[in-house]
Amino acid sequence: MTQAPVHSRPAPATAERSVGKPIDRVDGRVKTTGAARYSAEYPYPDIAHAALVHATVSRGRIAGIDAAAASAVPGVLAVITHLNAPAMKPPPPVSMMNLSTLASGTTVNYLNTDEVHWDGQPVAVVVAETLEAARQGASLVRVTYETLPATFDFAAEEKNAKPQKSDLVQSGGATKGDAEAALAAAPVAVDLRFTTPPHNHNAIEPHATTAAWDGDRVTVHDGAQNMYWVRDNLAMKFGIPAANVRVISPYVGGAFGGKTMVWAGTILTVLAARVTGRPVRLMLTREGVYRTVGGRTPSTQRVALGAEADGRLTALVHTSVTRLGRVGGGPEQVTSQSRHLYDAENILVQQNLVKLDLLPNTVMRAPGESIGTFALESAIDELASELGMDPIALRMRNEPERNPIDGKRFAHRMLREAYARGAERFGWSERTPEPRSMRDGRWLVGMGVASAYHPSWQFAANVTVRLSPDGTVVVRCGFHEMGMGGATAQAQIAADALGVPFEAVRMEYGDTALPTGPGAGGSGQTASIAASLLSACEKLKRSVLALARRSGDSPLRGQRMTGVEARDGGLYRTGGAGLGESYAKILTRAGRDSMEARVGSDTRVGAIAGQVRFMSKLMLDRRRWVKAASGAQFCEVRVDPDTGEVRVSRWVGVFDVGTVINAKTTASQLRGGIVMGIGMALSEETLVDPRNGRIMNPSLAEYHVPVHADIPAIDVSWLDEPDPTMPLGLIGVGEVSITGAAAAIANAVHHATGRRVRDLPITLDRLL
Amino acid sequence: MKAFSYVSAADVPAALRAISTEPNAKFIGGGTNLVDLMREEIERPDTIIDITRLPLSGVEELPGGGVRIGAMVRNSHLAAHRLIRTRYPMLSQAVLTGASAQLRNMATVGGNLLQRTRCLYFYDGAAACSKREPGRGCDAIGGFTRGHAILGASEACVATHPSDMCVALAALDATVVAESVRGVRRIPMTEFHVLPGDTPDVETTLAADELVTAVELPEIPVAATSAYRKVRDRASYAFALVSVAAALETTDGAISAVRLALGGVAAKPWRAHQAERVLLGAPATDETFERAADAELAPAVAQSQNAFKIELARRVIVATLRRLHTEGSAA
Amino acid sequence: MDVRMGGRPVVEIRMRVNGVMESLDLEPRVSLLDALREHLGLTGTKKGCDQGACGACTVLVDGERINSCLALAVQYDGRAITTIEGVADGEHTHPLQSAFVRHDGFQCGYCTSGQICSAIGMLAEHGAGAPSAVTEHLSADTIELSDAEIRERMSGNLCRCGAYNGIVGAIREVASGESGRDVMEAAR
Ligand SMILES: Cc1cc2nc3c(=O)[nH]c(=O)nc-3n(C[C@H](O)[C@H](O)[C@H](O)COP(=O)(O)OP(=O)(O)OC[C@H]3O[C@@H](n4cnc5c(N)ncnc54)[C@H](O)[C@@H]3O)c2cc1C
Ligand code: SF4
Ligand code: FES
Ligand code: FES
Repeated sequence: MTQAPVHSRPAPATAERSVGKPIDRVDGRVKTTGAARYSAEYPYPDIAHAALVHATVSRGRIAGIDAAAASAVPGVLAVITHLNAPAMKPPPPVSMMNLSTLASGTTVNYLNTDEVHWDGQPVAVVVAETLEAARQGASLVRVTYETLPATFDFAAEEKNAKPQKSDLVQSGGATKGDAEAALAAAPVAVDLRFTTPPHNHNAIEPHATTAAWDGDRVTVHDGAQNMYWVRDNLAMKFGIPAANVRVISPYVGGAFGGKTMVWAGTILTVLAARVTGRPVRLMLTREGVYRTVGGRTPSTQRVALGAEADGRLTALVHTSVTRLGRVGGGPEQVTSQSRHLYDAENILVQQNLVKLDLLPNTVMRAPGESIGTFALESAIDELASELGMDPIALRMRNEPERNPIDGKRFAHRMLREAYARGAERFGWSERTPEPRSMRDGRWLVGMGVASAYHPSWQFAANVTVRLSPDGTVVVRCGFHEMGMGGATAQAQIAADALGVPFEAVRMEYGDTALPTGPGAGGSGQTASIAASLLSACEKLKRSVLALARRSGDSPLRGQRMTGVEARDGGLYRTGGAGLGESYAKILTRAGRDSMEARVGSDTRVGAIAGQVRFMSKLMLDRRRWVKAASGAQFCEVRVDPDTGEVRVSRWVGVFDVGTVINAKTTASQLRGGIVMGIGMALSEETLVDPRNGRIMNPSLAEYHVPVHADIPAIDVSWLDEPDPTMPLGLIGVGEVSITGAAAAIANAVHHATGRRVRDLPITLDRLL
Repeated sequence: MKAFSYVSAADVPAALRAISTEPNAKFIGGGTNLVDLMREEIERPDTIIDITRLPLSGVEELPGGGVRIGAMVRNSHLAAHRLIRTRYPMLSQAVLTGASAQLRNMATVGGNLLQRTRCLYFYDGAAACSKREPGRGCDAIGGFTRGHAILGASEACVATHPSDMCVALAALDATVVAESVRGVRRIPMTEFHVLPGDTPDVETTLAADELVTAVELPEIPVAATSAYRKVRDRASYAFALVSVAAALETTDGAISAVRLALGGVAAKPWRAHQAERVLLGAPATDETFERAADAELAPAVAQSQNAFKIELARRVIVATLRRLHTEGSAA
Repeated sequence: MDVRMGGRPVVEIRMRVNGVMESLDLEPRVSLLDALREHLGLTGTKKGCDQGACGACTVLVDGERINSCLALAVQYDGRAITTIEGVADGEHTHPLQSAFVRHDGFQCGYCTSGQICSAIGMLAEHGAGAPSAVTEHLSADTIELSDAEIRERMSGNLCRCGAYNGIVGAIREVASGESGRDVMEAAR
């Protein structure tokens, strides 16, 4: 048993069902009192501090390192460079049968090579008694380079991009019919080019690691989205068994994809601890995060749409160019949504890639769809203008019954309902369609709309559930809590499945000593754990029932699971008089101090079996249907007619995310994505100097994430219809709401000003 | 950050003695700029002289009708002060649009005057910058110059002065009072900061051993009808792309008094004398405002990425004057 | 100034931190933030940028909010510091702390200490009549604490998780309720 999806919700077991409720977070108190410890906050006596030295050339070889001045700083314990660092194993080749091989942020074997592959690559680590001495030491390490020819200018190199090859998990391109011919023949058409800049995650917690060796075992506190990848990667690099590495990560101060891979800071902290024989802590400087942790790739995109005069799409072309590093990075599914959103007769999507001598890109909230929906949904709006149609009506005219690109079934699709509800809540009917037709005082007012779309994922998860005679439940699973509210949601699920109060459930997570949990990515964590947790709870109830049936005294004697429900802290016969008994009674009578059920196995064989099961389920699922979260984004902007400043004044988002486990945390997640989408639309851009490939604004003062004053009240709601193919009917909510957000704003800006801005961010100079 | 020694000055003479005897010493006010620059290894003093305990934190009326602001007055206290809010609202507003509430609680008036540019290349030790290292060249030119100057720049440096407060002070004919072991000096605000020329490392006319003790504002009735308008890349907590400090008074439809200064456009807060000349005595119409803006911006030269600032500055000047004329001031 | 640590001169600093008198021997270059986190073990105050650009390090000094990352600890000798660990009244959490939980004014929790300390300082500033950049009439005696005012006044605290709505909701509730008046009294 059992990663099989559980298709139904558990029966409302107790009068007080937890699932769906806006329950306060279980970690609310520790997070509001400062008691929650993040990875730089574990006290170790004798802790030493590390600081990184970054390369200042894009490609080259280290010609010389002068560490004398750094070593002379009082308190400096070690200056570790490629000249004296112990050997580490290079990252392994990627294998889909061992997903942890995907974990390396880059293929560089840090401090084991004299090669420099990007401006910012760490070339030395300084370890010292104090933070101040470590940083001072790092500033004094003098490195000289032999530079090598390099390419880093995305705009200039974009023309050299090559088509992305498809693999098991990602498809680089697809066609249906002859889209270019249909485009040429279409009575109404738009053919547009969009660009999006690089972005950085900018979690407020910079990446931080605390590492302590004990012989050949190491404990690592590391803010991670996949502790098991960190564990396996470190074990491999340092040549020790994975069992010797324990990664502890209960609180992660934001991640958004930036803490998915294993980056230099983590590895080099563990290295520094090994070299110095001391526990070592490294919190990257904010600049260090920009220089060593990848961000979102920039893109150029072409979207061309052809339609009949009635709005029926005959051609949809979406192509993209994104970049990889020459030493890592991955393609982004920029055209993903364009395969699923519109029922065009002819479709051509193709993603292209160019490799540059830059820090490799990495996943960032809705990689692909966040920027892909900007282009597609802006283009749809432009086509609607060309056609003189309402943009929602155009979308509804092309709303497909089956997946447009290949005719597969949708597991679930409610975009029509989302638009209907959204239009109503937003007051879309008040909008006068002509650009510049709405004003509020001196402000130009614009209203825009766009679709949100993000595929749903599910990964393997091992879970144990333990029941005690006092009726309390402990759920153990090494999952990640970066703020999504996972612990709260899973406790709700367990409470309902076992018929115990929410407060009786305790979650243990964030530690590789626990049963292997899923990584936090692809908005898949909640569903992945829920599937296993529900199975584990079923198993547990069966075992408890078996125990009760063995006793002559139990009113459950002779009962089968089908005739029994879990509620009120025990098992009771359905219907009739509701005879049954509490867990406490059953366990106490049997003399058991606890009962446990487990799903999945952490043995080597078990782990491999788990991966195989995951991959085959993924493949099977992919063949059967298309699964996704989606939604309708409505926004209102005000534009200052003198200066072009854009302010978002209203937002309504209606999402189809299946069953909602916790109304409070779900709303926050959805709002959070929209906030990041507002930043992406209006102000965020990582500035990579095209003359040398160096990031020039590695700072929260110069990379403008939205502040309080940028964000209006955001109205989010959901349709709350379970997806029949997902555990409990739930679809992940972590990413969908950033998609479509930038397009909704761009479309609103057009409505306000008559200007189409196809290059993000929409800074005021683009509107002057 | 290198190690340094720390001296706390109890009174002005002690501070002046310390700065003239300790080698490579610097004053520290709120530290919000100096500590940041020290962490970036851009400022590397051997001694830091803490002046926050000096008795210079008063805001008081001067006999002649003006106001004297002690150099240690925190930015937040300055902005909230009744005298400033009612008589010089543009100054309150300018200070309030700068940085964040937390930083304004730390930052001093003296430190705000002497804060250094936010040029991305100045902040990056790997880049060439003549302000940091005289004669090394300027990587900003041809690079990211959204934040850079359109007025008064040189071939050596195109950076801007980032302060908002100073723009209002320039418009208000403020005087900086400086003291050293040699005595007291009074420097008009418009002469306090200097354009880069060939020596972008020289940013002010203050000597290294001089302490700013106060800023004085003359009595300016027109300042009661004034406003500060800052345009930036997000709604708050960002430096100005362009800002305008303006005061306007009309009599029978003609402009009878005016003050105008620009921020975000030059290495110093830019007092718009040319524009003021056009405005004074002319009818308060959009046409006049536009002519004034054009007069001021005629010598503007754009860098690779900031041509928009010329148009933006023009529009913000016009819009701010128009609003002052039609709606009055924020006080 | 005669004590040496790691060959560096250190200074003795005495501060009242959350009501407790603390004495520390620190190099002058140690920031107040690092003094709290690394030397006093008070890790509730967070480091997000070390550049004054995020507000995660916000603490109260004699009731006023500041960014402790750009503060040299030595400059705060003799002052009273309140961190997130000290805003509760014994076992009773501060009204803002519970309001943040109710309004879900956080996700990852990393900006939260700073947001709460900042909000306490902000309410005191507002209570004392201080204006903000969005205050329409600077000469007015009382300024209504609208959502726009709260947002502007809290803009020095970034939240990358985007919990801004919840934060504003929590502050609004506390500011308008009974608890709000207590907060302002206490902060004065
Ligand atoms: C993230 C961030 C955003 C910001 N945004 C803005 C903004 O939007 N607008 C804006 O205007 N500012 C902004 N600032 C800058 C801020 O206003 C300044 O840092 C502050 O005003 C400096 O004052 P201070 O007292 O902290 O100076 P310090 O850092 O203490 O000192 C700065 C300099 O002044 C010298 N100095 C200080 N006092 C005296 C004196 N009395 N006599 C002689 N020399 C002295 C010091 O030696 C030092 O060189 C921002 C800062 C940060 C960190
Ligand atoms: S513009 Fe001035 S401050 Fe900036 S890099 Fe050039 S010389 Fe330095
Ligand atoms: S850590 Fe102090 S403001 Fe970011
Ligand atoms: S809660 Fe994560 S940054 Fe605010």
